[in-house]
Amino acid sequence: MSLQVSNISKAFGGFQALSGVSLEVPTGALVGLIGPNGAGKSTLFSVISGFMPPDEGSISFDGRSLDGLSPAERARSGLVRTFQVPREFAHLTVRENMMAAAPDQTGESLVGLFFRPGKVREEEQRLAEEVAEVIRFLRLERVADQPAGKLSGGQKKLVELGRALLVKPRLILLDEPFAGVNPVLIGEIMERIRELNGRGIGFLVIEHDLEALTRLAPHLYVMDQGRILTQGAPDAVLADARVREAYLGGAV
Amino acid sequence: MDAYLAAIAIIALIYMLLSLGLTLQYGLTGLINFGHVGFFAIGAYTSALLSLQGVPLALSIPAAAVTAGIAAWPIGLISLRLRDDYFAIVTLGFSETVRLVITSEKWLTNGVQGIPGIPRLFESISVGIGAQLAVMGVLLVVTLAAIYAMRRIVASPFGRVIEAIRDNEEALQALGKDPARFKIQVLILGSALAGIAGAFYAHYITYIVPDQFIPLVTFYVWMAIIIGGVGRVSGAVVGTGLLMLFLEGSRFLRDIVPGVSEVEMASLRIGVVGLLLVLFTIYRPQGLMGDFTKR
Repeated sequence: MSLQVSNISKAFGGFQALSGVSLEVPTGALVGLIGPNGAGKSTLFSVISGFMPPDEGSISFDGRSLDGLSPAERARSGLVRTFQVPREFAHLTVRENMMAAAPDQTGESLVGLFFRPGKVREEEQRLAEEVAEVIRFLRLERVADQPAGKLSGGQKKLVELGRALLVKPRLILLDEPFAGVNPVLIGEIMERIRELNGRGIGFLVIEHDLEALTRLAPHLYVMDQGRILTQGAPDAVLADARVREAYLGGAV
Repeated sequence: MDAYLAAIAIIALIYMLLSLGLTLQYGLTGLINFGHVGFFAIGAYTSALLSLQGVPLALSIPAAAVTAGIAAWPIGLISLRLRDDYFAIVTLGFSETVRLVITSEKWLTNGVQGIPGIPRLFESISVGIGAQLAVMGVLLVVTLAAIYAMRRIVASPFGRVIEAIRDNEEALQALGKDPARFKIQVLILGSALAGIAGAFYAHYITYIVPDQFIPLVTFYVWMAIIIGGVGRVSGAVVGTGLLMLFLEGSRFLRDIVPGVSEVEMASLRIGVVGLLLVLFTIYRPQGLMGDFTKR
């Protein structure tokens, strides 16, 4: 089991955002997490990625407890998240965005920068090649040297995915990768996710758009009002009366 | 006249060092430091006091950089726990605290009386244009070295990370990096530059009092980098040059504009700078040399 979320609760004042949420993502799996707005999906992501401490419950990743670790430490352990509203480094180019993400760079220390220029140059060259590869894979060549802030919503999502890849993650948490993205690009992003999953990278994908996610993920969790409602294969989950009620407000 | 121009150039170079430090902190990293003058003051008093004890300037000036850098360290630790706007207030409070401590600790700093008779750079050359040119030369070398170092940093992986912190700190954390380490280093470096600037200021003016280290100095530096373009090394250089030209040049304006007293002119000057800032924010927010984006 790669990611194990056990019994997570989180309240904001009197509002119970998460109550006793448990879920599992097996190694290399592609799991979807759906639910109406306000179901607690993004809060759950913030808790898993360490940006918000839970009130109760625990999280482990590849058999190691993540409790109390900082967001950066969790990312370094191979669990990388993206954001619902893209958080690109707006003034850096797409290329620089990705280069900034790579871990353990000698040139990130001032001592290394000024006293080991040869090593820095060599690392930069290797990193540039690696980034060029990722840019090709994500079909971002045309905008590679533009400031990331100038890209479209969908392209920004791809930049975030590319940055995550540079960290060499074993599991990526994608927060609404299709929100605000044009339909053509949605298909592209989906294709890239499938390919990466084929290479062994696990995904936990939040999506508000039911239809897109049921095409992508073979296993779904459904959240509503801070709880896991049900889980299973997309067809079974969609046939569930409780799920339809949560989405359609009991109109079925 | 030559001596006067040389004096302006020297002060402009000192301010340029301050602007470069702030460009590193705010322009590149996004740290809103409203207390820059505090580190300038620490540098000035450190080098002045040491040199009066007989320490050669070749040692007292680097010591000023080190002291100002060390003073920035706790401020850096605080910055990690505060939102940007609170950090701005804390730094402003810090610089005022420095000024008050200098004013009250008479045994060390002679209080409001200040420290007179600070040794000049190149004491061997008698006061005059020759000595000024020598000081200018040294300052030019130091400033060029600072510009070179800054350019190296901007083009490096370190530069990439601090600009990423400015653009989105949480996203950087989500990628496994600790912004804290970088922010502290940037604060220390920028403050060390301010410390060097303070040392040169003390040895040039030869007489320092607490009133020279009021927040207005910090805000002159802010004005300079906003006019020049925050986040660009060239912006710091151009902005400081223009601000100095204006501040000094407007002295002569008084001879042309009738019926304005010396005191009124000082206020008028600040008023015009304020107007310029407003106009820049509206019509050219990226400054003369362009914005953060390297292009």
